[in-house]
Amino acid sequence: MSDWTRIWPQLMEATGETLYMVGVSALLTVLLGIPLGILLTTTAPGALTPRPLLNRFLGLVVNLGRSLPFIILLFLVAPVTRGIVGTTIGSTAAIVPLTIGAVPFLARLVETSLREVAPGKVEAAMSMGARRRDVVRTVLLPEARPSLIAGITVTVVALISYSAMAGAVGGGGLGDFAIRFGYQQFRTDITLLTVVLLLIVVQALQWAGDHWARRLAHV
Amino acid sequence: MIDLHDVRKVFPARRRSGEVVAVDGVTLRVEAGEFAGVVGPSGSGKSTLVRLVNLLERPTSGSVTVDGRVLTELPDDQVRQARRSIGMVFQHFELLDSRTAAGNVEHPLELAGVGRAERRRRAVELLELVGLGERADAHPGQLSGGQKQRVAIARALAGRPTVLLCDEATSALDQASTTGVLELLRRVRSELGLTVLLITHEMAVVKAVCDSAVLLERGRVVDSGRLSEVLTREHSPLSDALLPAPLADADAGHGGVLLRVTVTDRTPETVVLQTLIGQLGLAVEVAGGSVETVAGGRYGRLLLRATGDLSRLDGALRGLRDDGVLIEAVPRDTDAVAATGAGR
Repeated sequence: MSDWTRIWPQLMEATGETLYMVGVSALLTVLLGIPLGILLTTTAPGALTPRPLLNRFLGLVVNLGRSLPFIILLFLVAPVTRGIVGTTIGSTAAIVPLTIGAVPFLARLVETSLREVAPGKVEAAMSMGARRRDVVRTVLLPEARPSLIAGITVTVVALISYSAMAGAVGGGGLGDFAIRFGYQQFRTDITLLTVVLLLIVVQALQWAGDHWARRLAHV
Repeated sequence: MIDLHDVRKVFPARRRSGEVVAVDGVTLRVEAGEFAGVVGPSGSGKSTLVRLVNLLERPTSGSVTVDGRVLTELPDDQVRQARRSIGMVFQHFELLDSRTAAGNVEHPLELAGVGRAERRRRAVELLELVGLGERADAHPGQLSGGQKQRVAIARALAGRPTVLLCDEATSALDQASTTGVLELLRRVRSELGLTVLLITHEMAVVKAVCDSAVLLERGRVVDSGRLSEVLTREHSPLSDALLPAPLADADAGHGGVLLRVTVTDRTPETVVLQTLIGQLGLAVEVAGGSVETVAGGRYGRLLLRATGDLSRLDGALRGLRDDGVLIEAVPRDTDAVAATGAGR
């Protein structure tokens, strides 16, 4: 049992690191991914403000971001990380690649959600004299809200899974903990415990997301 | 109130389809306070036409004038302003699911910058006008189709428009809801002094509510006129569409002669029957047709079969026609064609 008194504080610390990395990068992802998703939607041909060239460029950037395996992205953006955070090691440094990895992912989900809003609703708003930005603010975003929340939930869950790889750059967190204490020391119980902890976090998130989305859906 | 002059709308060629001329040189005038209908088969350009009135679609050429303002000459921001006095109702309601009924009615007011309290007050007032005062806090998902369209009408009226555009407003509704919505449209038209332009493919809708009608085919106006005048025409594309020629088993061993009668207020079928039966002593049966009340008058088309001594018939028909009765004999060998083919 003396073993556990040593491991417990470390587990708590790892959980804190995961929540920190995921929390901050989730916030940044939402702040960047939603506007990018809106831009992807509204600049598409035949949409509110068609800008075919910009749209194709954004689409390319987003696809590039999504096609790179996260572990590669992690090392690829190291110079950017150093530029922003000052170091490439630690939880804070891991936030940069996590955010860069999740923004394109969320942007695509946002685009899909917004595109599902019936074009007739947009037309109805235009017939009332709405400006384009009014359409985004009063029609697209509110009508897509349940689906946007579902998209954000999926993204945050993906961030948790990405964050496990952040251990590779000394980001710490539960994934790193499971590898160092569980896998490398042949402690299956510790590995299992972290898996259960992660499962609880993911489950709670998914439940909260579903619940929230359902409350907003009045259909 | 609404003036379209030589309006054309051409959709440029897409990858898989060539250029489409949706509206091809339409000139159209709707007077203030008039309830006008545009009818036509699907693909005739009706929906595009109604969108040209509030410039949801910009015409390729021609001019659009609403309430004295030439919309086609206004810059975008002024077009948006102008749209606020042109309400629009859609086939599929297009209410926002994220808002309550009252919230939906408030939407255009919100866009116009009206304050919260005033918005709410006006929304409740409008929902009462359309008979949904108690459902203000219901979401669209909790309302029936007819109720949704009532909310949509309240929303369209929120900006105190002078013109109301209805794009197939009853086409997604059942018969009872259709009747209710049409009654509501007529009522708000007279209570608020609106000018209404209604697009539909259902002739029954035109007959129920419109003062005048335009028949559109392949983007062109084929026929038009006030209903009370159109229905007195023996032959015209619009009158044939509104009052289809009766179907009749035209030959099949029957003797006698087939007579086609256009019934109007001034020339009821009684006059015809009096002449045929009373004066000529013929036996007359109704081979087909219908008479209905439209715009307060009795109109219809009947196909009569007269048998007996027909020697004096030609003269009698001439006499009736001279008196303004719309009656004609259907040529014998083309009975079937004439009797059924006059419709479109």
